[in-house]
Amino acid sequence: MNFETTIGLEVHIELKTNSKMYSPSPVNYGAEANTNTNVIDWGYPGTLPTINKGAYTLGMMVATALHANIARDTHFDRKNYFYPDNPKAYQVTQYEQPLGQDGYIEIDVDGQQKQIGIAELHIEEDAGKNTHGTDGYSYVDLNRQGTALIEIVSKPDMTTPEEAYAYLETLRQIVQFTGASDVKMEEGSMRVDTNISIRPIGATKYGVKSELKNLNSFNHVRLGLAYEIKRQAALLIAGETIRPETRRFDEKSGETFLMRVKEGADDYRYFPEPDLPPMHISDDWLQEVTDHLPEMPAKRRARYVDELDLPEYDAGILTNTKEMSDFFEAAVNDGAAPKQVSNWLMGEVNAYLNDKQIDLQETALTPAHLAEMINLIKDGVISSKIAKKVFQEIIQNDTDPKAWVEAKGMVQLSDPAQLNPIITGILDDNQQSIDDFKNGKDRAVGFLVGKIMKETRGQANPKVVNELLMAALNKR
Amino acid sequence: MNYLYEDLESLHAKLVAGELTASQLVTETVAQIETTDQQVDAFLRVDAEGAQAAAAKIDEQPIDVANLLAGMPIGIKDNLLTDGVITTAASKMLANFKPVFDATVVEKLKAKEAIMIGKTNLDEFAMGSSTETSAFKKTKNPWDLTKVPGGSSGGSAAAVASGEVVAALGTDTGGSIRQPAAFNGIVGIKPTYGRVSRWGAIAFASSLDQVGVFSRNVADNATVLEAISGHDEKDSTSANLPVPNYRAALNGDINGMKIAVAKEYMAEGVEPGVKAQIEAAIETFKSLGATVDEVSLPHSQYAVQTYYIIASSEASSNLSRYDGIRYGYRSPEAKTLEEVYVKSRSEGFGDEVKRRIMLGTFALSSGFYDAYFKKAGQMRTLIIRDFEQVFADYDLVVGPTAPTTAFELGDKVTDPVTMYMNDILTIPANMAGLPAMSVPAGFADGMPVGLQIIGKAFDEETVYRAGYAFEQATDFHQQVPSFKGGQA
Repeated sequence: MNFETTIGLEVHIELKTNSKMYSPSPVNYGAEANTNTNVIDWGYPGTLPTINKGAYTLGMMVATALHANIARDTHFDRKNYFYPDNPKAYQVTQYEQPLGQDGYIEIDVDGQQKQIGIAELHIEEDAGKNTHGTDGYSYVDLNRQGTALIEIVSKPDMTTPEEAYAYLETLRQIVQFTGASDVKMEEGSMRVDTNISIRPIGATKYGVKSELKNLNSFNHVRLGLAYEIKRQAALLIAGETIRPETRRFDEKSGETFLMRVKEGADDYRYFPEPDLPPMHISDDWLQEVTDHLPEMPAKRRARYVDELDLPEYDAGILTNTKEMSDFFEAAVNDGAAPKQVSNWLMGEVNAYLNDKQIDLQETALTPAHLAEMINLIKDGVISSKIAKKVFQEIIQNDTDPKAWVEAKGMVQLSDPAQLNPIITGILDDNQQSIDDFKNGKDRAVGFLVGKIMKETRGQANPKVVNELLMAALNKR
Repeated sequence: MNYLYEDLESLHAKLVAGELTASQLVTETVAQIETTDQQVDAFLRVDAEGAQAAAAKIDEQPIDVANLLAGMPIGIKDNLLTDGVITTAASKMLANFKPVFDATVVEKLKAKEAIMIGKTNLDEFAMGSSTETSAFKKTKNPWDLTKVPGGSSGGSAAAVASGEVVAALGTDTGGSIRQPAAFNGIVGIKPTYGRVSRWGAIAFASSLDQVGVFSRNVADNATVLEAISGHDEKDSTSANLPVPNYRAALNGDINGMKIAVAKEYMAEGVEPGVKAQIEAAIETFKSLGATVDEVSLPHSQYAVQTYYIIASSEASSNLSRYDGIRYGYRSPEAKTLEEVYVKSRSEGFGDEVKRRIMLGTFALSSGFYDAYFKKAGQMRTLIIRDFEQVFADYDLVVGPTAPTTAFELGDKVTDPVTMYMNDILTIPANMAGLPAMSVPAGFADGMPVGLQIIGKAFDEETVYRAGYAFEQATDFHQQVPSFKGGQA
């Protein structure tokens, strides 16, 4: 029996805001437990929510970037359930009329383009965190409670784990470009739940789906889905039925394990949140969002390839984050050759960032300095070897590269008027090498260049030295 | 000294003249509450210490002649948060709950140098029409101690009617200010939804709850409402509109005012004694130059059913936060998370609260939502439209506040549906968010009758103007209850 796979993804993304979705408490990752909370977050009697319009604007940006239709008149709903990390015993979300509907993402798997539908995108608040101590008590930390989230629900349009991976990677890039979120799986600012089912090829009804949780990276999503396909197929082939289950991915074994069997749908008793007025998105507001939406990564990639002659590979790496892409464009605007900028960013810069575990904007490097350094190399002012020293300086300190190499005496000797007397002196002292050269022993040239470089303490421009030396040899 | 039945103006004059200090007034008030409450049981808690401290501070400087509220002890319904003073909503669930902030209305009163004297009794979480569902005590009607004060703001109403305080705050979700005002022969207003901030008001039904004022006359009422009104950025449902000078609207002139009487409000459920007083009131309005016509609010007949679905649904969600985890009552028997929830809520909530939580939970459940909650929302729209149509042609709608006068203690508390029906005339104004006031309109069998005046949204001024003109033309508001220990 052959099967086809249906995959749908629910992605929660934490919006990058200073305060929470419905309360003025600060949002920052890693604060001491319950310090970023106020009476609203604690669900105290008499407290009321207020809407963080900045957060809503970020949600609108993502919805627009995903080509979704924005609901111009909508409201918030309450989702009711009891849990200690949910202090009001309801989550304020958008159920009836989500912020955005009917969008899509273009993905590329091995050169194959495919459009994946976005069913809806809505704004909601995050829950707190429960931890279970070894002392027999459970602890609740409400720092995260109320943090602004968007939930992006795909249509069940994906048919392979690779498509799911590409969807997530593309979604991450798009959201990153809008600036709405850091989209970091490791900090929990992007979280993925997957739904997967299989059915015999040609079957009209979808199979029974299982839901995968505890997916801490895109790669785990891919591995977990691949495992589920095998597991479900084995069950069906053995004539067994698949239960609707929530399963946990175990990264050690690469397998999935049952968390719970879903018996009937949960009843969250959704109803319109009476403490918040309806939301109306004015023309001006929407226009402002559209105006501020940056060019999306796919468009930039195409431009880099078509207009700047960059290889696809380079264009892909450079558009991984908006910061890198903006940096690249600024350096090119400052007059450096695109391919050279790309080489430096993908090579030395990325190596530096990986080594230090920091982001580009945390370094002292500016596009202008990088461009200037690249042009110093191009103009022969510095050698590639010296450039590595210059690079270490300009990425760590806000130093002008040209002034720095001049001050440090690192400028290459390229002036024939300075080099020729040195060359003449060395040739005069090395008649044997001149003879060797005349007898066709090319190694003599290397020996002489070495002498010249030693004499100039490595600052002579090798290319110029070569030219001048050959001319001088041929004259003798 | 006895300041029992004075109003803001006369007390203020004494304070300004130095015949009385704020501290003396607090002392007198505390003593009076102690005596009177032996019979009336209006207060759950008196904050004598806090009130004395506030009064002492006010006495440090001369009384601001322009501020009628300076030094005035005000009663606060115990579902309005008071910083550092236990606030229970008359529930075992919050028996020891000490808030860390003031409700906006309390903060505003304090800013006007009014004094928070104590917390008044109510039906548990404001669910009830007799104040009998309070987990702590039963408040009595000062006009007849065997009768209920109405509810849910029965404590505030009885406190004002018995002369313990000159004014008190209440909340009104389906009539909880107007019905007890009527039962106690005093003035009570539920302002337009959004007029007053709900921040710090313990929620019952968010789309209906509104804080309002009890007093013994319309002018006092207007003064206190003006002080607590206005936009609050902490309450997104509060309206960003300027607050008029309500007291200035009281010119006694209602000549040419167009008044509508809804025939549904004068139907057979209304006791004859009540009806007679309202008919007399209508004649008074006519004699003052207003025109009075009969109109129809046809969907009023569904108001109670609609209300109990919407209010209970919202309540079932609003009261879910009382889970025994962060504050409030936790069952000492609870060993597991499930038990913390189930036992704490089962032991912490009273029967009426549980009844409404169950009703609301049911109405919101999948499979029932469309038939109940959604349908109720549609009916609410029709009720709103009824009013819109009438208010296109009229300034006010008047009628009885309640179909009966105060009933016997214990009479209806075991019969929820009969109790619910007592709110039939007050609920429509909540459904439509309109301002509505009850003013004293005489007596039936010795018990006070209330006249309800409903206005256009955010037009409290016209409501007050009519109420004041009516008050000037009658002497009902000057009558006071005689009970043992009271003034008499």
